Amino acid sequence: MLKFLTLWNRELASYFQSAVAYVVLFFFLLATGWNFQWVITLINSAPTEVTVVQGFFNNFFFWFPFVLIFPLITMRTFSEEFKLGTIETLMTAPVTDLQVVLAKYLGALVFYCVLWLPSLLYFVFFRSITGSEAAGSPGSLWGAYGMIFLIGMFYIAIGCLASVLTNNQIVAAVISGVSVSLLFFLGVISLFALDINQGLKDLLSYFSAIEHMGTFSKGIIDSRPIVFYLSTTLLILSFTYHIFQRRRWKN
Amino acid sequence: MIRVENLTKRFGSRTAVDNISFEVGRGEIVGFLGPNGAGKSTTMKILASYLPATSGTASIGGHDVFSESLQSRRRIGYMPENVPLYTDMRVNEYLKYRGALKGLGGRKLRDALASVKELTNLVEVEKRIIGSLSRGFRQRVGLADALLHEPDFLILDEPTAGLDPNQIRQVRDLIKNLGKTHTILLSTHILSEVEMTCSRVLIINKGKIEASDTPENLVRQMRTAGGILLEARTAQDDGAALLKTLPGVREVTEKKEDGWQIYQLRLEAQADPREDIYRLAVSRHWEVRELSRLKGTLEDVFVELTHADH
Repeated sequence: MLKFLTLWNRELASYFQSAVAYVVLFFFLLATGWNFQWVITLINSAPTEVTVVQGFFNNFFFWFPFVLIFPLITMRTFSEEFKLGTIETLMTAPVTDLQVVLAKYLGALVFYCVLWLPSLLYFVFFRSITGSEAAGSPGSLWGAYGMIFLIGMFYIAIGCLASVLTNNQIVAAVISGVSVSLLFFLGVISLFALDINQGLKDLLSYFSAIEHMGTFSKGIIDSRPIVFYLSTTLLILSFTYHIFQRRRWKN
Repeated sequence: MIRVENLTKRFGSRTAVDNISFEVGRGEIVGFLGPNGAGKSTTMKILASYLPATSGTASIGGHDVFSESLQSRRRIGYMPENVPLYTDMRVNEYLKYRGALKGLGGRKLRDALASVKELTNLVEVEKRIIGSLSRGFRQRVGLADALLHEPDFLILDEPTAGLDPNQIRQVRDLIKNLGKTHTILLSTHILSEVEMTCSRVLIINKGKIEASDTPENLVRQMRTAGGILLEARTAQDDGAALLKTLPGVREVTEKKEDGWQIYQLRLEAQADPREDIYRLAVSRHWEVRELSRLKGTLEDVFVELTHADH
């Protein structure tokens, strides 16, 4: 356990020692800030039934940067170690493959959570300045952040899988970027393609991140997306572990 | 005890290590000597549990490096060639991290850090970022890392590669000292280093072990190692032909240099015909300005064993 914590700590620290992290942080905060400002303006301009929280988590300015950050966060988790050769000193120390894979995954996940923490302030400020709640109910805000975490778990796992497949960070970024976008699009199709049959639409909406966020940010905590994200995350993580082992021990 | 039995490693169609077997006993310093691509690094990577073998077994301290890999790794200090390090960490930070990974903590870690930094002369750069260090210092960080948890076994892949003569001497002395308390397997190209530090030499070429013995024994056994140097003026005599008749002389090469003939004699094993040469020279009235024994070196052995394939 102690070794795992050491590895995890190192992964996290190495994020904050790299320039990429701060660049991503900067632009992400810029995007979320812009998003918040846009939502307030929208609500001010016409009477709507949408709460600030609902507006914030369900528009283009939210989803676009959201999908983009995953390759940036995860591209170097495994690829860099393979490329630099430091994987050799890492794996000749008495640590297990599982400890390494989990530490790298959780390091990326925690960094992702850190990206999202400042945005909580927006809603706190909203409340203190306007005196009214940003969300329709407490469940709405926590549901939205819960969904951010769940989707994050899944997409970060995909990013780690992409990174373990290659020595080249750019290739890893492209693989994870394309995969995440494709998955995301599965959900978007159900909103745009009007001539597909209803059954298919329903099926696709089970996978749709947009649908999931929509319900959770209303405060409706549905267990199905929770199961979906937990199980797919575990699946992708086990692929990542398996491929890592294969690269290590294959003859 | 490091024990390797019938170890083979193939990369696709290429056989890097071909059915080798050897042992390194407690307290020995064994040198792995071989040309580039001979299989030294591959063997060491297998011993360090980084690469799996295609067939055969290897064990460190009784633990199989594949099936008991964690136990084996705990007892090894491994330094890969090209010493890969995290260049964004400071020396202290890096060593602390590595110590923690090896199971050290608290006071034990602090003491280990202090002693290892002192041993490898890293105290002056302990706060610097590894990326800013020279090759010599980085190598020492790698060595310090290998020594941290006081492992019984040290596996060092070209520990002096890229160092300047001063640094080489320091590392060499360090290894000699460590040899008193550790079992060491190191690989190198520098023959003089092997002669000076190793109690035994394994010469490896194209994945096979060509020789395994003490440096002195190897040199003594090699027929072409060493010889006799004679510089003489032989007037009308055919010096080479006459010398060849002496017992123990296998071959004579002749060179002329401003009036003097320079003869190099290759000998049968253990032969020393210097007295006979002297008597021959006296009886033929040759003028002799040099008669000396050329001491065989490990390099002769090395070249003889490995040259045929190049």
